[in-house]
Amino acid sequence: MAQNEAATLVEEGASHGGAAAAHGGESGLNIHPMDQFVIQPLFHDGAVGMFTVTNSTLWMAIAVLSAVLLLVIGTRGCDVVPSRAQSVAELAYGFVHKMVEDVTGRDALKYFPYIMTLFMFIVLANGLALLPMSFAPTAQFAVTVPLALAVFIAVTALGFIKNGAAFLGLFWVGSAPLVLRPVLAVIELISYFVRPVSHSVRLAGNIMAGHAVLKVFAGFAGALGIFAVIPVLAIALFYALELLVAFIQAYIFTILTCVYLKDALHPSH
Amino acid sequence: MEGDIANMGQYIGAGLAGIGSGASAIGVGHVAGNFLSGALRNPSAAAGQTATLFIGIAFAEALGIFSFLVALLLMFAV
Repeated sequence: MAQNEAATLVEEGASHGGAAAAHGGESGLNIHPMDQFVIQPLFHDGAVGMFTVTNSTLWMAIAVLSAVLLLVIGTRGCDVVPSRAQSVAELAYGFVHKMVEDVTGRDALKYFPYIMTLFMFIVLANGLALLPMSFAPTAQFAVTVPLALAVFIAVTALGFIKNGAAFLGLFWVGSAPLVLRPVLAVIELISYFVRPVSHSVRLAGNIMAGHAVLKVFAGFAGALGIFAVIPVLAIALFYALELLVAFIQAYIFTILTCVYLKDALHPSH
Repeated sequence: MEGDIANMGQYIGAGLAGIGSGASAIGVGHVAGNFLSGALRNPSAAAGQTATLFIGIAFAEALGIFSFLVALLLMFAV
């Protein structure tokens, strides 16, 4: 049944080319772009519990291991003329260090290890997810929401510890007219609490959308026969874009962490 | 029958939510274009503002991603 449909689709694809893609949805083209995000247990079938080792766990562990491999083992020699691994590690370290220094200020450099950890984990998880047959842990809200919540809670606690009640000055816009200040305070308060939502959804949504797009084009390639060259070329282009997005999303997550940290350390407007 | 109508509503809603990603594309283009026009007027100041550029793009893009999320919720979670 399904084979027959596929065969007719291929015939259609050979004769009509792009038309088959346009009608693909209704004639039973089997594209399931969201199937790649299904969490599965690795070692047994059945329900996923609190401590089940899943494919997401595996790929997060691989990301952490590669970060350790790059930053600890790669810089073990501390050569004056760095090896390839050491120069990449130094590049990453210098990049994040400069970002924290520029955006948050020199006094925030003691929080640099946390920000570096976030950046390395996200950039490696995003990058490794682009390998064929791999899994994208950063496309899971269950992964990105705790990351963003951890930043949110840490930053809020830090703001109150460092500034005391003066931290609430973040919501009281001193430069606005007096009448407007309560209204602005409500808006600022809402936007403050939306931060972890947008922080996590931005990362997961971007990665998920990119991988789904790749999968949709792969579905077209399966149905078009000889004309599969077109979607395959599109996949190659989108893959290059996704490499860029994988880095930029890690960068944005990190730099927003720096911005939030700056707000916590210097809450005055 | 009622289930069909509910399904139809889901699909229409998901399609409408897709408009949001187009709107956020306009926003991201606006941010990047204005950065470029400013950067070409004063190229020496541009390098220091790339971080601001990316933060602006991230904020503009977040709302488009929200609409994508709404579409996903309608398709798979409702």
